Amino acid sequence: MAEGIKDKVAIIGMGCTKFGELWDKSAEDLMVDAFKECIEDAGIEKKDINSAWFGVHFEEQSVGKGATSLALALKLPFIPVTRVENFCATATEAFRGACYGVASGAYDIALALGVEKLKDTGYGGLPGGPSLMGTKNALIMPKLTAPGAFAMLATRYFAVYGLKPEEGKRMLAKVSVKSHYNGARNPKAHLRREVTEEQIINAPIIAWPLGLFDCCGVSDGAAAAIVTRADMAKKFRPDPIHVKALQVALSSGEELMYTKWDGAHVETTYRAGKLAYKEAGVKNPREEISMAEVHDCFSITEAVTMEDLQFSPRGKVKEDIEAGRFNHDGPQPVQPDGGLKCFGHPIGASGLRMIYEMYKQLQGKVQLPERQIKNPKLGLTHNLGGFPPMNIVSIAIVGS
Amino acid sequence: MVGIKSYGAYIPRYRMNHNTLFMAIAFLGSFPAPGENAVANHDEDALTMAVAAGIDCLSGVKREMVDGLYLATTSQPYMVRQNSALVATALDLQSSIRTADFIGSAKSGTTALLSALDTVKGETSSNIVVCASDCRLSKPGSPQESLYGDGAASLFVGNGDVIATFEGAYSVSYDFPDRWRASGEKFEHAWEDRFIRDSGYSQFIAEVISGLLKKYKLNIKDFAKIVYPGLYAREHGAIAKRLGADPAQLQDTLLSTVGDTGSASPLMMLVAALEDAKPGDRILIASFGNGGDAMFFQVTEKIKDVGNKRAVKKHIASKKDLASYEKYLAFRNLAPMDLGMRGEISIKTPMSALFRERKVILSLCGSKCKKCGTPQYPYQRVCVNPDCGAIDQMEDYRFSDKKGVVFTYTGDNLAASIDPPSIYGLVDFDGGGRFWFDFSDCDLDSVKVGMPVEMTFRRRYVDESSGVHGYSWKAAPIRA
Repeated sequence: MAEGIKDKVAIIGMGCTKFGELWDKSAEDLMVDAFKECIEDAGIEKKDINSAWFGVHFEEQSVGKGATSLALALKLPFIPVTRVENFCATATEAFRGACYGVASGAYDIALALGVEKLKDTGYGGLPGGPSLMGTKNALIMPKLTAPGAFAMLATRYFAVYGLKPEEGKRMLAKVSVKSHYNGARNPKAHLRREVTEEQIINAPIIAWPLGLFDCCGVSDGAAAAIVTRADMAKKFRPDPIHVKALQVALSSGEELMYTKWDGAHVETTYRAGKLAYKEAGVKNPREEISMAEVHDCFSITEAVTMEDLQFSPRGKVKEDIEAGRFNHDGPQPVQPDGGLKCFGHPIGASGLRMIYEMYKQLQGKVQLPERQIKNPKLGLTHNLGGFPPMNIVSIAIVGS
Repeated sequence: MVGIKSYGAYIPRYRMNHNTLFMAIAFLGSFPAPGENAVANHDEDALTMAVAAGIDCLSGVKREMVDGLYLATTSQPYMVRQNSALVATALDLQSSIRTADFIGSAKSGTTALLSALDTVKGETSSNIVVCASDCRLSKPGSPQESLYGDGAASLFVGNGDVIATFEGAYSVSYDFPDRWRASGEKFEHAWEDRFIRDSGYSQFIAEVISGLLKKYKLNIKDFAKIVYPGLYAREHGAIAKRLGADPAQLQDTLLSTVGDTGSASPLMMLVAALEDAKPGDRILIASFGNGGDAMFFQVTEKIKDVGNKRAVKKHIASKKDLASYEKYLAFRNLAPMDLGMRGEISIKTPMSALFRERKVILSLCGSKCKKCGTPQYPYQRVCVNPDCGAIDQMEDYRFSDKKGVVFTYTGDNLAASIDPPSIYGLVDFDGGGRFWFDFSDCDLDSVKVGMPVEMTFRRRYVDESSGVHGYSWKAAPIRA
């Protein structure tokens, strides 16, 4: 039985840029911005870093292949730098690499940095689905987009749980109202405006039944973390944050090609969650996870994630959403920073942006006091890359 | 006896009323006759319609029996890369067959049929499926625009168990320059209509039918139905009168319901005639185009055993009005539409991968696990059933002839499409198997979870930079 990663690694510094349509910033600018805040926070110098893991997804339009762009932008002194890519879990994968690097004893201090420059494509949304999925899929998959892929999750959720479209859309609207409320209060968020349920429900349809405000923004951004072995952490700061679990689960093909999956949940989230809770020693996630940043690329994704992470019972998330369970002042705040909804989703950066929020909340150091969650114990982050029937999920649990 | 063993047809879902056409191009002074034309969807062409007609014709036929496919068309997408071989692959026919393209003239449909009958008679092939299909591009405002419709017919030819025996044929050929389209040209040219009608249409059809009657010592009154295309409604009747035929003997030309479907026209009319035929009926068929072919058939008792075919009648009844001429122009890429920068991303088809994966991409074949019986698409080597997982225990499994139900769906306004929203979803196949597909021939309001669907072969894209017409299968509501 493997021991797992619990309490072996500590985060001693983090940085996160403002996210948004940063027309004046290149990917390299964003790397430097995130890195600067990160090493200042850690109180270390560049020469102290032994190794780095670099996450970027759409490398074609920003930094190119390999990891040289990070080494060159930061002038890293001939140390190992590894580029990782695993769809929307890319940043969490970079973080996982850095954590395993120090936990193994191979390195004392490692950097994880994720970046994405999305706003050089010339159009809204992400580049198209089938062309990213290899030669065969480019010729047989539907010509889907991300909103369309997740709209199918909503269609199915409504059908399985007998929600009329107007009931389902109202449930989802409440998810976005909450995230916009939080994002409006976060200076680093991209979308900083509160919206009403009526605005959300009446917005133009992007992919039926999802409207404009059911979709997250499309932004540029970067985030970074410095990790070290837990036994060394107190040398750098009094309040390091410890890694409790790091898990990843990938679809087996069962969801897309076999007929047992109900289409109203994401199997990988449930599986990765189970593994993460076991690794962290969490028995009752609804009670023990104080707060979470989950992959709300679309409102429906957040809703089903609450069930897959066992925060809400199956088919019952509507009741929790209506009761305000996941609001900032609720018993289990979700997306306290505004989520992908308000930060947008620069693919290679999002996972580390989520950890950044958990880290600051656990340290009691969020910039504005009104944003601070009281006495959080454990924070969970979750990324879902790909499409509901075929995807990658990563989960991190961190605590003091 | 050599003859026709089965028939099928295909008519696209959309119709454009001549009034819609007239309202759009009236300023040019064109006055089309009343009626409507069948209009191919934006993802259809001569090949996709040929496949659809072939599927209708081959329903109930074991595909392994087929050892030839002849394709007739004047609107083939490829000048080099055999169009019939692509159609045969889409129909998942075996590779040990003869394929041939019959192109260049509206008579090519009858020529392909006649060649198939001769091939079977000559015993070099046993069972040949003939597909005739046309989806001709006409210049906006031209007389052809209201005359031409899109459609396809298919006939299965063999020896024994025939529904109509082949009795004889007669052909004439003239280098008649009524219409022409040189290599590399997009639109046809046409000479004056009165010349086409008086020097060609009325002459050749009369000549080829008279020649057949004389050769086989027959009388025009011997036929229950006489089939020849009706390019000019009044002249169509006048030819019959001159031949001594009764108007009741004439098969409906489909001109006001479907339009002139070129090489498919006489065969679609023949299929319609077979739909109503009784044992013992004699049917005469003639074509028009650079001369013409005439053939005659005698219907057998087996006509009663023809299974459920959509053929011409059901397809005519299943339709939706395309009320926008501008949308038609967009469908045909006759008016360049802005799809946004997202729409400018083109797919480069790796031809070696297309060939390697042809069973998956073009034939819609997957695999079925011999250990647990689970069908799966696309072909897998490791069984997807989590309780099985057998490796290399697969046999080929065809999904194109399986129906299914919509598991989930969406209508996507972000995806680049000439006909938004893009509708797509996951399909659960009857008998097992699930995958996601683009949907076609449907409206978002009518799609529901659990709705029955069937698979249809469609053009996926045209990459003008590399000259590639790419095809794949889509799901569509069950037509009739």
